[in-house]
Amino acid sequence: MDLGLDVAERNKFAVLSVRGEVDVYTAPKFRERLIELVGQGKHHIVVDLEGVEFLDSTGLGVLVGGLKRLRSHNGDLVLVCTQSRILKVFEITGLTKVFSIYDTVEAATDPNSQN
Amino acid sequence: MSEVVELEIPARPEFVALARLVVSAMAATDAALSDDQVDDLKIAVSEACTNAIEAHGAVGADVGVRLRCWSDERGLRVSIEDRGPGFDPSILPEHPPPTDPDRLKFERGLGIPLIRALVDEVEIASSGEGTEVRLAMWHATNGRH
Repeated sequence: MDLGLDVAERNKFAVLSVRGEVDVYTAPKFRERLIELVGQGKHHIVVDLEGVEFLDSTGLGVLVGGLKRLRSHNGDLVLVCTQSRILKVFEITGLTKVFSIYDTVEAATDPNSQN
Repeated sequence: MSEVVELEIPARPEFVALARLVVSAMAATDAALSDDQVDDLKIAVSEACTNAIEAHGAVGADVGVRLRCWSDERGLRVSIEDRGPGFDPSILPEHPPPTDPDRLKFERGLGIPLIRALVDEVEIASSGEGTEVRLAMWHATNGRH
């Protein structure tokens, strides 16, 4: 099982598209990629979860850690997700109130948006 | 108890996906469980196996994590057993509310709350010799939905 992590630039954002299953085995690779982006000065990151087939609390932990890291740089981490089975874990854990979640990468990277 | 599927996975992260696969395949044989229930059960199994593997790591237990899965007239049941140090499930740490900036200090501890929210019944029996998490997903009254 491999985790796809592709990075693209859009407006002032780095867009990290995640594909595959995020669990205790693949989460370290996801965390490292986020830390690497922050280290490169990317402080406004969109994580696109549309290609994610499975995500458990280990993946949530990576996202919470990423957001904390970016906030400390006056940045932000926002999500793109429309899949109900993925959104459900954010809802149960109350994290829908922590993350801004958009329907599309275009909406998340809109230079006129609040983020 | 009939038609039990048993699996012992090495206590390593790369085998959690295998546990999910086996349990979801077993759940798919039960037509009275909905696709959403199978998805929820996969997450719960993943959380329980992740905790079990970490528990083995904490004590250096060189044995596998044992899963059992079976159906009965009410639904599907899964048991995940580890040989870790055990914990008291009644005193899990509480996170600050989502709107509290301190919420971001907590990257862990969401596994057990997620399990409790996703499956219909959870029993956790823990002692100094290990933990058994028993999950149950009941048949939806109206069948597949």
